[in-house]
Amino acid sequence: MTIAKSRLGPVLAGAAVIVAAMAAPFQVSALEDKLVIVTSYPPDTTVTVSKAFEKKFPGIKVEVLNKQTGASIKYLQETAAKNSSDMFWASAPDAFEVLKGDGLLAKYDVKVKGIPEKVGAFPIHDPEGFYKGFAASGYGIMWNTRYMAAKKLPIPKTWNDLAKPVYDGHVGMSAPSRSGTTHLTVETVLQGEGWDKGWALWKEIAGNFKTVTERSFGVPDAVNSGQIGLGIVIDFFAFSSKASGFPVDFLYPPVTTLVPANIAIVKNAPHPKAAAQFIEYLLSAEGQEVLLDPKIMRLPVNPATYAKAPAGFPNPFKDTSIGAAVKFDLKKSKGHYNVVSALFDVTITYRLEDLRAATKAIHAAEAKLAGKPNAEAKNLIAEARALVGKVPVSESQAGAKDFNAIFKTKRKKAKDEAKGRQAEIEREWDAMTKANYVKAKELATKAAAML
Amino acid sequence: MKSLSESHWGPGALALFLSLFLLVFLVVPVTKVIYVAFQDPNSGALTLINFVDFFHNSLFRESFVNSLYVAGMSVLLSSAIAIPLAYFTTRFNFGGAVLIQTLGIVPLIMPPFVGAVAMLLLFGDNGSVNLLLDDWFGFTIPFMRGLNGVILVESIHYFPFILINLSAALLNIDRAMEESAQNLGASGVRLFRRIVFPLAMPGYVAGASLVFLKTFDDLGTPLLLNVNNMLAPQAYLRVTAVGINDPMGYVISVILVAFSLFSLWVSFLALRDKDYATVQKGGGGLMRRDLRRWEKIGCHAVVVLILVMVLSPHIGLALLSFGTVWSFSVLPDGFTLAHYENVFRTATQYISNTLLYAGLAAFIDVVLGTAIAYVVWRTGLPGRQWLDYVAMGAVAIPGVVLGIGYLRTFYEFQVPIVDEPLASWWVIIVVALAIRRLPYALRACVAGLQQVSVMLEEAAENLGATKSRTVWRVVVPLMSGGILAGFVTSFATAAVELSATIMLVSQQSDAPLAFGIYEFMQSSAGRGPGAALGIVAVVIVGIATYVSHRIIEKGEKKRQAGAAIAAAAGA
Repeated sequence: MTIAKSRLGPVLAGAAVIVAAMAAPFQVSALEDKLVIVTSYPPDTTVTVSKAFEKKFPGIKVEVLNKQTGASIKYLQETAAKNSSDMFWASAPDAFEVLKGDGLLAKYDVKVKGIPEKVGAFPIHDPEGFYKGFAASGYGIMWNTRYMAAKKLPIPKTWNDLAKPVYDGHVGMSAPSRSGTTHLTVETVLQGEGWDKGWALWKEIAGNFKTVTERSFGVPDAVNSGQIGLGIVIDFFAFSSKASGFPVDFLYPPVTTLVPANIAIVKNAPHPKAAAQFIEYLLSAEGQEVLLDPKIMRLPVNPATYAKAPAGFPNPFKDTSIGAAVKFDLKKSKGHYNVVSALFDVTITYRLEDLRAATKAIHAAEAKLAGKPNAEAKNLIAEARALVGKVPVSESQAGAKDFNAIFKTKRKKAKDEAKGRQAEIEREWDAMTKANYVKAKELATKAAAML
Repeated sequence: MKSLSESHWGPGALALFLSLFLLVFLVVPVTKVIYVAFQDPNSGALTLINFVDFFHNSLFRESFVNSLYVAGMSVLLSSAIAIPLAYFTTRFNFGGAVLIQTLGIVPLIMPPFVGAVAMLLLFGDNGSVNLLLDDWFGFTIPFMRGLNGVILVESIHYFPFILINLSAALLNIDRAMEESAQNLGASGVRLFRRIVFPLAMPGYVAGASLVFLKTFDDLGTPLLLNVNNMLAPQAYLRVTAVGINDPMGYVISVILVAFSLFSLWVSFLALRDKDYATVQKGGGGLMRRDLRRWEKIGCHAVVVLILVMVLSPHIGLALLSFGTVWSFSVLPDGFTLAHYENVFRTATQYISNTLLYAGLAAFIDVVLGTAIAYVVWRTGLPGRQWLDYVAMGAVAIPGVVLGIGYLRTFYEFQVPIVDEPLASWWVIIVVALAIRRLPYALRACVAGLQQVSVMLEEAAENLGATKSRTVWRVVVPLMSGGILAGFVTSFATAAVELSATIMLVSQQSDAPLAFGIYEFMQSSAGRGPGAALGIVAVVIVGIATYVSHRIIEKGEKKRQAGAAIAAAAGA
């Protein structure tokens, strides 16, 4: 409020400001009447929760700063010297890991009781005490029911189903480099299926992509409006879309991971007491219940809260099939985090047209092959598939420390040196990938011509 | 402009002040960021290796070609839209010319990402038009797929640049020129091709070069349509995905800047050595001709068709803002006012912030634009062209880069009295907007100034007026059309700018409209309110544009009346 009122003053003082000598900075007040939260969540979530919080603690005014996860990290890093943010609130645990690694988070011990240690295979709170889980999220397939009916498409049950030719051009997803939650999905499949098989599966699915969206919300948005029929999304996008009245539905495939969505106090926060208050509230029975608001629809981490959930709402503490098939290895994920992002972009996002062309040719050849045994054509198709599925690096190389360093290249000191450049490596990957896709298309076309 | 009239600074002092401003708020922050392009990522030493990597990568080469193709095609398509609108409304006595001019500018005042959302709902593969086509005829047209979609959205979004500048130029052409041509026997198409269009060339080139540049480095549209194989999205994706320390994003930024400057230089060359100024200002604009009945019908048909096309994003947005659920259907399932109620309950602060920021930024822009134009085209200071180049260079700086540069440069600087870092003070948003929109204002001011003959100034000075009095009483009034065009363009586009502000907004209470729309659009339940807020933005800026057109027209009439009285007195 004071900001809005004082707005005209500075305009008039503007000229004086330039001339005036730097005044000594002075502290405004010691009272914690404000709380500044940096978050990647939409207003539907933030406004609903902070309204409930402000109602309970009328003295504190919540200020929300909405930025994409990546942009939030950058913002907190760039402003660390004169930090003005109290909390960071987002889904992807890896984002918190990055901030923790940079020493930008403050430790905090939660006082609220009743939160179990784990959800699925994941610890809810950071074992080192820097960030806290307040909700669980799983990844799955969301679809537009009108679209599916109009195009007469069956409902897929597993990731493998999405690779079927019938879904050609109907699927959408975001890229792991763009969205922390998508990164988890990609990593989950890689860990569930194994590195080589996992990548081959992703490329088979990607061959059916209509689009790779720039924002993670771009996927549910496109499914909601019917631009695409199926999307690979985080669960609450689907639940909240459905609650807003869109003709959509969602399921968890067997290979999925439940991970906590988190909140943390920023180091040197100007309002640490208010921030602690917010965490305690969010984890209390009252705060957990707010998560079931139709606009939010996230899985609470307090098992007791599920008693108040609407019928059909999944309960990971009861239904152990959700997220149980894979034991997600956070350390492994962290070990090749940037390599996976770069690989996905180089081989899928930026070469989607070539990949789609190759996949189409393979699908066409396979359709022709059905019912007409022809060993040579079959071999050619298998060869084409292998070419498409090929990844330029092995799992051990992707996880190697020196190799990863190239993709981080955050030189802390001027004398730190790394070998190789990311652009140089990506150039090689791109050349190899493009050649493979073109060759695969040729082989598949040749096979089809034989039949 | 006050400083021009009331002080006795020479043009040198003025140029110094301008250079200083550009240096602090444009050159230094951007240099801080693009310095990375010339840094070896491993050792930190200066190097060109990153550029070698760029040109060896087939993806980057492909992106470069795609960007050029899209920019070129967008200029063609925008010209096809803008030239008839500008010509019909300035040259014929045409019902609703002001309305058409205003509606024609409306596309600019929508953040590109919002326009693309609406266009997808109407023209996407499963949008209204294609659903109908599929229903009736069993086929669909991929309007919005790949580069085509980008070209379509960009043209519809940016053609007003040509419309505004070309209309201003057409209105400024001396009637005597046309009369002489007619007396010598020229008419119809020949008259347009040989006399009218060439005289309006500065306006057209100003507009076309802006369309080219903006399309060349526009980020929002390709991103929303998920077209990655272009330069600007590659730069953005690299900076935001790989990380702020990845040099490739900065290499691309450098290439964008270099190429934009190059194309500006080409447009300067095209106009050099030609004199477009006309001495007399008595007649004020082209002769307006009455249309014959069938001509009128034809013109109106063309205009209506074009307007329906260019307003389709707004039609789509309006439907979205009043609709309940709109999913895989020709129209929304039902209609409601709830979204507007929601917006007026929760989001009025965005609106007042936007009016304040965009108004201040546009004011700064026309003051700077007029001053720079004057220094560059009317003084003999050495190196003055560089003011123009540097100011225009802002057009090629991706907003994200400017935003990061500001954060890096100004975070340490504590503003006295308000006791906040400059980088998180709301005024920095105004400065960023002013810098980002300065090129538009500058081109409009330059076009306005180019049409004012130096002889008029010389005449004023011969009659004893001082330099500053000449500028204030003769030059500025005569170029007021250009200045106002610059103000409108800057204001309208600043009101919907997102890419730089998204980095600089440090608290919700400082956020402008586009930021609010962006926030709303990030959730399923927020599409309706987001669209409603978008419509509010369009209405506000639309009204502002309409009012300023009325002011131009009034000024025009007053000048004509004044000229008539002078002529009568002379006789």
